[in-house]
Amino acid sequence: MTEANLLLLLILLPFMGSALAAMLPGNARNAEAWLSGGLTIVAFAVTASLFPSIADGGVVRRQVEWLPEFGLNFTLRMDGFAWMFSMLITGIGFLVVLYARYYMSPKDPVPRFFSFFLAFMGAMQGMVISGNLIVMAIFWELTSIFSFLLIGYWHHNAAARDGARMALTITGVGGLCLLVGIIIIGHIVGSYELDDVLASGNLIRDHDLYTPALLLILMGALTKSAQFPFHFWLPNAMAAPTPVSAYLHSATMVKAGVFLLARLWPVLSGTDEWFFLVGLAGMSTLLIGAFFAIFQQDLKGLLAYSTISHLGLITTLLSLGSPLAAVAAIFHMMNHATFKASLFMAAGIIDHEAGTRDMRKLSGLITFMPITATLAMVASAAMAGVPLLNGFLSKEMFFAETLEQHHGSMLDGLTPYAATIAGAFAVTYSVRFIHTVFFGPKPVDLPREPHEPPHWMRVPIEVLVLVCLIVGIVPGITVGPYLHAAVVAVLGDRTPTYSLSVWHGFNMPLVMSLLAFVGGIFLYLALRRYLATCEDGTPFLRNLKGQRIFERILVTISWRWARWMESAFGTRRLQPQLRLVVFLALVAGAWPVVRAGYVPETPSLAGIDPVFAAIWVVGGICALGAAYKAKYHRLAALVLMGGAGIVTCITFVWFSAPDLALTQLLVEIVTTVLILLGLRWLPKRIEQVDNATTSIGRMRRHRDFGLAVACGAGMAFVSYVMMTTPWPESISEYFLLNAYPEGGGTNVVNVILVDFRGFDTFGEIVVLGIVALTVFALLRRFRPAAESIGVPEQQRIQDAYDDDRSDREVGETVRDYLTIPSVIMQWMFPVTILLAAYLFLRGHDLPGGGFAAGIAMAIGFLLQYLAGGTRWVEDRLRILPVRWIGFGLLMAAFTGIGSWLFGFPFLTSYFQYTEIPFIGKVPTATALLFDLGVFSLVVGATVLILIAIAHQSIRSHRARAIEATKAEEPEEEFV
Amino acid sequence: MELTLSLGIGLLVGSGVWLIQRPRTYQVVIGLALLSYAVNLFIFSMGRLTNRLAPVIDTSVEVDPSAFVDPVPQALVLTAIVIGFATTALFLVVLLAARGLTGTDHVDGREPER
Repeated sequence: MTEANLLLLLILLPFMGSALAAMLPGNARNAEAWLSGGLTIVAFAVTASLFPSIADGGVVRRQVEWLPEFGLNFTLRMDGFAWMFSMLITGIGFLVVLYARYYMSPKDPVPRFFSFFLAFMGAMQGMVISGNLIVMAIFWELTSIFSFLLIGYWHHNAAARDGARMALTITGVGGLCLLVGIIIIGHIVGSYELDDVLASGNLIRDHDLYTPALLLILMGALTKSAQFPFHFWLPNAMAAPTPVSAYLHSATMVKAGVFLLARLWPVLSGTDEWFFLVGLAGMSTLLIGAFFAIFQQDLKGLLAYSTISHLGLITTLLSLGSPLAAVAAIFHMMNHATFKASLFMAAGIIDHEAGTRDMRKLSGLITFMPITATLAMVASAAMAGVPLLNGFLSKEMFFAETLEQHHGSMLDGLTPYAATIAGAFAVTYSVRFIHTVFFGPKPVDLPREPHEPPHWMRVPIEVLVLVCLIVGIVPGITVGPYLHAAVVAVLGDRTPTYSLSVWHGFNMPLVMSLLAFVGGIFLYLALRRYLATCEDGTPFLRNLKGQRIFERILVTISWRWARWMESAFGTRRLQPQLRLVVFLALVAGAWPVVRAGYVPETPSLAGIDPVFAAIWVVGGICALGAAYKAKYHRLAALVLMGGAGIVTCITFVWFSAPDLALTQLLVEIVTTVLILLGLRWLPKRIEQVDNATTSIGRMRRHRDFGLAVACGAGMAFVSYVMMTTPWPESISEYFLLNAYPEGGGTNVVNVILVDFRGFDTFGEIVVLGIVALTVFALLRRFRPAAESIGVPEQQRIQDAYDDDRSDREVGETVRDYLTIPSVIMQWMFPVTILLAAYLFLRGHDLPGGGFAAGIAMAIGFLLQYLAGGTRWVEDRLRILPVRWIGFGLLMAAFTGIGSWLFGFPFLTSYFQYTEIPFIGKVPTATALLFDLGVFSLVVGATVLILIAIAHQSIRSHRARAIEATKAEEPEEEFV
Repeated sequence: MELTLSLGIGLLVGSGVWLIQRPRTYQVVIGLALLSYAVNLFIFSMGRLTNRLAPVIDTSVEVDPSAFVDPVPQALVLTAIVIGFATTALFLVVLLAARGLTGTDHVDGREPER
């Protein structure tokens, strides 16, 4: 079990480290490196310690239930193959951290770098050790996202942004395809667990859905591993900092694709589809990558294309379907990771110390940095496949495998030739890398004087090159057991006998190697002059760039088509949009009724309560009147709307909903005040001026009227039918029966709100808080329209009255306006607070509760504003509505979280009755605390909204003052 | 009673739908408010109409679920009322801000060409 938990630790460590690293200060380069390096080396040690458990085909598993009802578990599973990858991820990860410590400049925001880096490592780690395909797909996408962030690390650089976006688009699309493919596999097998899938190879291969599943999974794997025709994102990703390239393009990101191919190799391979699709992609990538690599002028570009080519080699090996080829593929994954990481680091050092990566400028660096040069030479010899280095071993195995006849097709016959040619190209670009950069005359006009890097920056390369050498010379006793564990994990019973010795006698593969060496060197000599000066890119094909095709496609889809769609179907006008929405809703509502041929019973007039009917006659008149008056008589419309609101409120009382009636009444008050405050800022509308009486205008109005009548009639019909249909079984009975025994309250509506459905209420108050803050933010930048700034008409009349009377000062009437109501309102303040408290405390048992009490309290504040004016109130009372909102949210959240402490789910409530002197028995449920949060938030939100609008009047005073001084200035000049 | 209330809902919806298709922002605000009354009443009426059966239980006797009105629609509507206020406020402020920025109270932010 401890071992199993170590698997969890392997994923948690990097992610925790990522969170920690993000929080360190910006200049903490050493702290960051210590943290990241420490965590990575711990992860490395943990992985290494797991070896005994997986050595002989053993598997370590750790399962956490995730969505058991869907049969989904968060399964981690480490076998020999995953172990090998874990070692590469953590081992090379550690070396890259060490390297990055010296590579990153103190000016770079290092916390971001290490944070993304560790998160990427965690995602990659999760990908390789996930034992459930869905979990794997999630980690797969995480690697895409974090690689996007890492590639775009220098986001001020356009190339980095483009490269990152391209990598994300391509690998992201691939990831989605992969997910669909995995779902198909899950459908075939009936489980997403890797163990089950690996055991059902025949079932999958014989299934009708095999081909689509294979295609989709290959889309995922080939895009990730930058296989032709998706290879072009990888060279563009070179805009990343070099440590990122060294990590992503040697041991991790691009290896994820071939990892997946190898992981599913026992299940998917062996069919003709597999061979042709994977083989064609692999072989063309192998050749194209190697060919393009020769003609790059950027060091990292050369390495990028060479990476593409080597991945093609691995893919080709996997396509062959023979166990021996799979062994070679796994071996080469390991070897490529070691020598390519060291080469990227060497290229980074050259860039760092010489200031350029352009091979046309670099030359003769061996005299300046002899040690780095030696290391790079060994590593590129490994890349070229020189004997006594690890690259040689896997390349020999590759050559040997291509000679075997597996399928007897044309493609098969071509493989050995393609392999030899690609081998020759590899020799050419490796020789070119070394010869151009380190030999030849001394460089002229380099941006910097080159020299050896700091010692510790070189150590990672030394370690990797040492590994290349040791593995190359004595493979059997060094890497043998580990490779064997990985091979057994993938191949199981089909594990072939293979030999890791360096010398296999003088055989055909060796001849092919020799041919490749000779050919490669000759090719280099032939191309040398051309390469020294030529433009960047492959001759003849420079203009045929996958990147450009990709961009064309993107532009077509996301710009041209989108523009066309917008111009064809879009409108920026609100009215047609709303009309369409309403019309579609009407059709959707009417359709089922019409289709089912539903004929309702004729409504009977019997049982109509005359009083209720009379109330609704008023309500209907109010609604129609509001609709009629809203354009020219805004105040009348508002009053009529309020009338409709009061009728609604009475309806709630009538039909046993006291809580609703109370809340509706209070909300009605604040809504009216709110709109009254807003009316001031709307432009005047004069009936005679803009009455549209054109025929088009009239037609539009008729159409809208028809739509409104249809909607109204439809809703009336639906409501009537629904209300007269017998009440079906519902969950209400549960709430009624359990409100008191479980929620401790007799007001069932309130118990539902604060207890049974507390989480919904929590969401709703969050919405309320957000709306209030949005209102506040919108009005902060609000400037009233110029014509609304002037003093309102009423105040002008009152001032004019003062002016006429000799015994009155101007402004006196305005000041005394509504004096008596003001005094009453001021006196009412404590009473309102008491009312709010009363509503709040009784809420659990009787109509009331946090919402109603909150609005009542807000009305209390509001009355003070109305009575005394904004300035008067704010001189005497600091309300701080944002604090109320914050307190409310935190209160509600902490009440919910509190139940965790006692081991219950979020928002579980606890209650009992307590005796409070003079007040009596009060229910003290934790739900009351939650309701307190609701109360506080409602007060804060309501007051914030209203105050924000009320403050506009102060703004307009200021605006007037500014206008006045502007108007006075020219006069002063005359004086 | 059902007939009265459903006709009332119909009138509210009709007026609301008419108003939200009008060109002036204030009309749309009033229209949305009327629509929200209608929708609240509609949801509320899902619990069927009964008098004097408020869902406040008496602890001294055993609870008989059929003696109370359905509390669930009421709980839904209660929060909807408050949220309705918030959206009305938000819309009002948006229209004020739009009026300040564009100088018109037309819903499209500019007067239509005639």
